[in-house]
This record gives sequence, structure tokens and C-alpha cells, in this order.
Amino acid sequence: MGILRGKLLPPVLAILFSALLCGIALVVSDANPLQAFGVMFAQVGEGTTAVDIINSTGTYYIAALAVAIGFQMNLFNIGVEGQYRVAAVVAAVVGGSIALPPGLHALVIILTAAVAGALWAAIPAILKVTRGVNEVISTIMMNGLALGLAAYLIGADVFGELRGNNIRTPEIPESGWVPGIPLGSSGTVFGLVFLAALLGIGYWVMMNRTRFGFELRASGESSTAAAAGGVNAKKMVLIAMLLSGGIAGLVSMPEILGRDHTYNLNFPAGIGFSGIAIALLGRNHPGGIAFGALLWAFLDKSGLALDNVGVPREIVTIMQGAIVLSVVVAYEVVRRFELAAQQRQVGRQLGTVDAA
Amino acid sequence: MNPSEAPATVPPPRKSRRIPGWAVGALGVAGAVVLLSTTSYLTGVPQLTSTGTIQTAVRLALPILLAALGGLWAERAGVVNIGLEGMMIMGTWGAAWAGYQWGPWAALVSAAVFGALGGLLHAIATVTFGVNHIVSGVAINLLGAGLTKYLSTLIFFPLSNNPRESPAVPKFDTYSASGLSDWLGELEAQQRVGLSDVAGILRGLVTGVSPLTMLAILLVIGSYLVLWRTRFGLRLRSCGENPVAAESLGVNVYLYKYVAVISSGALAGIGGAALVLNPGQPGYLEGQTNGRGFIGLAAMIFGNWRPGGLLGGAALFGYADGLQLRSGGKTFLALVYGAVLLLVVIVIWQLIRRRWFAAAFGILAAGLLYAVYYSVDEVPSELTTYAPHLVTLVVLAVASQRLRMPAADGVVYRRG
Repeated sequence: MGILRGKLLPPVLAILFSALLCGIALVVSDANPLQAFGVMFAQVGEGTTAVDIINSTGTYYIAALAVAIGFQMNLFNIGVEGQYRVAAVVAAVVGGSIALPPGLHALVIILTAAVAGALWAAIPAILKVTRGVNEVISTIMMNGLALGLAAYLIGADVFGELRGNNIRTPEIPESGWVPGIPLGSSGTVFGLVFLAALLGIGYWVMMNRTRFGFELRASGESSTAAAAGGVNAKKMVLIAMLLSGGIAGLVSMPEILGRDHTYNLNFPAGIGFSGIAIALLGRNHPGGIAFGALLWAFLDKSGLALDNVGVPREIVTIMQGAIVLSVVVAYEVVRRFELAAQQRQVGRQLGTVDAA
Repeated sequence: MNPSEAPATVPPPRKSRRIPGWAVGALGVAGAVVLLSTTSYLTGVPQLTSTGTIQTAVRLALPILLAALGGLWAERAGVVNIGLEGMMIMGTWGAAWAGYQWGPWAALVSAAVFGALGGLLHAIATVTFGVNHIVSGVAINLLGAGLTKYLSTLIFFPLSNNPRESPAVPKFDTYSASGLSDWLGELEAQQRVGLSDVAGILRGLVTGVSPLTMLAILLVIGSYLVLWRTRFGLRLRSCGENPVAAESLGVNVYLYKYVAVISSGALAGIGGAALVLNPGQPGYLEGQTNGRGFIGLAAMIFGNWRPGGLLGGAALFGYADGLQLRSGGKTFLALVYGAVLLLVVIVIWQLIRRRWFAAAFGILAAGLLYAVYYSVDEVPSELTTYAPHLVTLVVLAVASQRLRMPAADGVVYRRG
């Protein structure tokens, strides 16, 4: 019971608090919050929204897993944003320029993306272990550079081609596509959503059933204790960062191989930052992250309906921000409360404090 | 304790500094001017030191400088502020909202208030609730972006018919030292080696100066005086170095941290106002900050958590930004040539000091850059935009071990 309270209460409180906050914001701006929230829930049944939510959940889930691997050892990979972008461009360019049998082609593209993401993450990782550069600043800078590199690589005289108002990489031939699950008028579920689920299982196994996962968590809990136990901190940073970058590289694969078949100017931005938020919400636990990703996707896709009732859909972004901030505060408050309760209990058992 | 480990815990006595800080600054400025005029002479690109470039550079350096100053206040009190970006975004919105109605001074005040609100939120989360500073900062960035988007749709959309843009905001009048400016202009036009370059740079600094620029300079000097020359500043910095010791001496650590982080937010907000009040911009524009809060943070680290140093960092980033905006990739290539020259000087210095490894690395880097300079006609504009990011990475890689951050920076402190 106590465990459940510590783990489930904070997110529930945070979501309620954020909903309340946004409700107040809506009332202040002359809108009916109940109607707004009602429209959002009703939207799930409309058109392709439900399928969109599932697809989006998969994307967010991968991004959050990438972030969570770093978080497990207090390594802040703010650079998922840049890693998935670079990986997407490189994979799209490679995928569009090679010819392989179906299946193998897609596999090569996916591996290329993972390697590209890992290599992009390797730069801050190497800077951290050899030069002691803080990974937060360096990954933020790498995000900027990723934008520049991607814009350069899809330039018309480099790898890109002009199509109407859009610039894009050459289309990946059909052998490289990953078929989805068509659900008629309600859309198509990307085939690679299952990749997200597989990654989640792999993440759980790695964290809980392997020596590496144990060392990773140990480094996060107490770096000095881990070092005393023979964990090589530098090696851990390097591997964790590479893994994180590799998974980050897969973020855009469901969309590129399942729908777009190319990297273009409309490539979604900000998934990396959402991933950070979701990892925090889910406390780096694969189940928690899945829930967070679903919530995020729901807010994103259902929020589109708010425009129909005259509410700016950006209220959803405020809600997401409020959820992150209040969930971390709530976890901290509950942690302190439980710590105090534990201390009191120990005190009572030792008889040093009256049981008043 | 293992005796062989003892020296690691006791820091070696620091060598006394031979050169005072202001002298290092003056030397740096002189070196930069010499480097630029040499590069300009050798590559035949006069824009490197032209008045226009310097003016643009100053305008673009302002937001970075103010954000860096904001970072300085927070981190000197021991709170890492990744949320500068979000506070800056809130500042841009606040500036535009007050600015289009009541003019530029109101914009400035409103931006400071909006930024300070972001700072207050960060302080509540990190100081009172002890949330990890990076986590809170990331959340504030999300929140700042979301809040301004929402408010813009709500308030600016009916006025400008664009949810991403505010109505035009009136700007400050600019002031020039007219006699001096004309004289320097003549000197610059003569195209004499060295002299004209210095004249161009000086003219850029004294022509068309906005009150905002003066305010920013005053804020840098003021921050130095307050943080390093007053009792309040000493106490504030003690919270960043050793909060436990500070508390034991009767300093209210929580209060000082609150003051520092709120000031930090206000400064970042003014940095946002500097973007909105830039003569090249109509007003608030979504995504206007474009990571400048982060660059400001980098400028502060570049400047070793010191006001003079961050001024140098902001100047460097502003200059790189201004040059590419003003004259494009061709001129920017001249800067690559300048970097090669700088590396050659560094390599010679390292050879004198018999640091073979560093020298070899320098030669390699210089050769690589020279190859780039030699083989391309123009740096693609997509890449020049992110030159500050690259410079930051290189500087951090080279210098990060000489930098010294406040000892308790980023450590959550709980009153005992």
C-alpha cells in the first residue's frame, strides 16, 4: 500500500492540479473548462484521432526511453532532440539511395538511424569523459548544430530535392517501407509502434535483469558507492550515452518508414523535450513512461479539437508544462513526507521519541 | 583514510595571480582587434571590422549578454538555471504586450516582471521543494513556450491577425556621439591598415546606441559591484559556494537564493525585451529567442562565472551572429581564416611552453580549418547560424578544466 501511495499518488495529484490550473486559466479567458475537457475526450472517438494517439504514443515512448536511460544514472541527455533529427536525415538519405530486398532494406535504415543517433551522442559523451564538459550544455549545443546540419544536408545541392514549397530527401523505395495495420477509415497504425513496445521490454530486462542495468542504477543512486564497487564511471557514461543516442535515433522511424518515406521541412520538432517530460512523469519506469507517453499523445491529438470550441489549443502545452513541474514537486513532497514518517517510525521503535 | 588519497582532498595552494582581471580583459580586447584587422587585411574583407557589422553585433550580443548575466546571478547563489530560455520567452511576450500599448520603457519593465515570474517559479521548485535544478529548468522552458503561445493566440491574434506575432512595438530612439562618429567614419573610409579597422569598430560602438545597450552595460558593472563589492553580494555568493557554512553564519540561504533566482529571471526577461526592441524586429515573434537563453548560459560558462568574462563571451557570440546575418557566408569564411591565425599563435605559444601534445593538436585543427577555408567559397548559411554553438563546444572542450564554477552550484540545499 505504501509503495503504491508513493508511486501513484504524485502523478495523479500533478495531473489533477494541472487540470485545475488550466481550468482556472480557461475560466479567466472566458471559456467553459468543462466543455473544453469534454470536447477533448469526445475527440478520441472522431476520425483518425484514436489511431493518431497510438502512433504518437509510440514515438513519444521511444524518445522517453532514450532520456530515461541517461536519467537512471543522473546523466541528462537533453540532446535527444538533436539525435533523432540527425538520425532521421541520415537514415532517410541512406534509405533513399540504396536498393535492397524488402525487410532487409528497412532493417538497414533502422540500424543506420540507431548508429547515427549514437554517433551524434558520442560527441558530448567523449567530451564529458575526456574533458569533463557538462553534458547538459554540450547536448544543448549539439541540438543547435543538429538543426544546422539537417538543414544543410537536405539542401537542393547536397542530398535534397525541391518538391513544390517543400525540400526533402529522395523518397525511400517501397522495399524500405514498414507496412502498418490498416484500420479502414480510422487510419493506419504504424508497424514500428511495436518496435517501441519491444524497446520497452528490452529496457526493462536490461535495467532489472542484467549486470549493466544494475551498475547503471547503482551509479545513479550513489556514484561513490558504485565506484567503490568497481564500476568504471567513465565507461558507464560512454555506454549509457551511446545507448541513449541509439534509441533516440529510432524516434522518427515509425513515421518515416510508415508514412512519410522521406525527411522534409515538416519534420516534427520538440519530441526530445517531450521525451524528457514523459521520462520524468513516468519516473524512468517502462510502465510509467508508457502511461506518460499515452497522456502526452492524448493531449496533443485531442487538443486539436479545442479550436472548434474557440479555445486556443496551446492550453494543452501549458497543461503539459504544468504537469511536469507539479509532478516533480509532488514526487519530492511525497518523498520527504515518507522519509519523515520513516524516521518517526524508527524513532518510535527505538523508544527515543514518545508515541504521541 | 588512505594517506595516498589525502592530497586529492586538500586542494594545492593556488598560484597567486600575476595579472589582474582588467588587464586580461584589455589584453583580450587588444588581441581581438589585432586579429580581426590582420584577418581583414590578409583576406581583403573589410566587412569584418565595418561599422555596420559591429552595430549588428552589439544588437545581437545584448540578449545573450543579459541572459548570461541572469545565469550569473542564479549560479553564483548555487542554482543552475537552464530555464533562462523559458524566462526569456516570457520576457519577449511581456515586452511586446506592454510595448505596443505604452512604449519601450514599459516594455522593459513588463519584460522584467514576466521574467521574474518565471524566476519565482524556478525558485519555488528548486529552493523550497528541492527539485533537481535541471529538471525544473526544462519544465520552465516548456511552460514558458506554452504560456506565451496561449497568450499570443488569446491577445495578439485579434490585433495582428497572426497568432505567432504581436502588433508592431515602438523602439527606443538611438543616440550617436555625432562629432566623434563622423570623424571615425572618415578614418574608416580611408581604408588604412589597422587604423581604419579600429575606427570602424569604435564607430560601430558609438553610433546609433540604444538606451538598452547602455542599460545592459550598466547592469554588468552593477552586477559586478553588487556581487563582489558589497556585503549582500558576499553573502549571496557564499550560498553558492557553501550554503551550510553560510547558514551557520546567520545568512538566510533560502531568502538569498530566492532573490538571486528572481533577479536572474528578471535579467533574462530584459534579455527577451532586447530581442523585441531590436530595430530589426517588428515585435514579438514565436520562436524568436531561438535558444539564445542557452547561448547566454554558455557565454557565462565561457566567462568562468565572472561578469567581465561573460561580457567577452557575449561579444564573441554576438559578433559571430552579426557577421553572418550582415554579410553572409563569404565574409564568414574570413572568420575561419582568423581562427586559423589564432590557432597558429596558440601553437607557437604551446611550442614555447614545450607542450607538444597540445601543439600537435592545434596544428591539426589549424590545418583542418585551413583546408576548409581553401576548398569552399562560402560557408552554407544553414551552418553559419549555429556558429556560436560550435564555438561554445570547442571552448568548453579546450577550457573546461580551467573553469571553476561555484562549489555548490546545482546542489539542492535543505535547511537543517
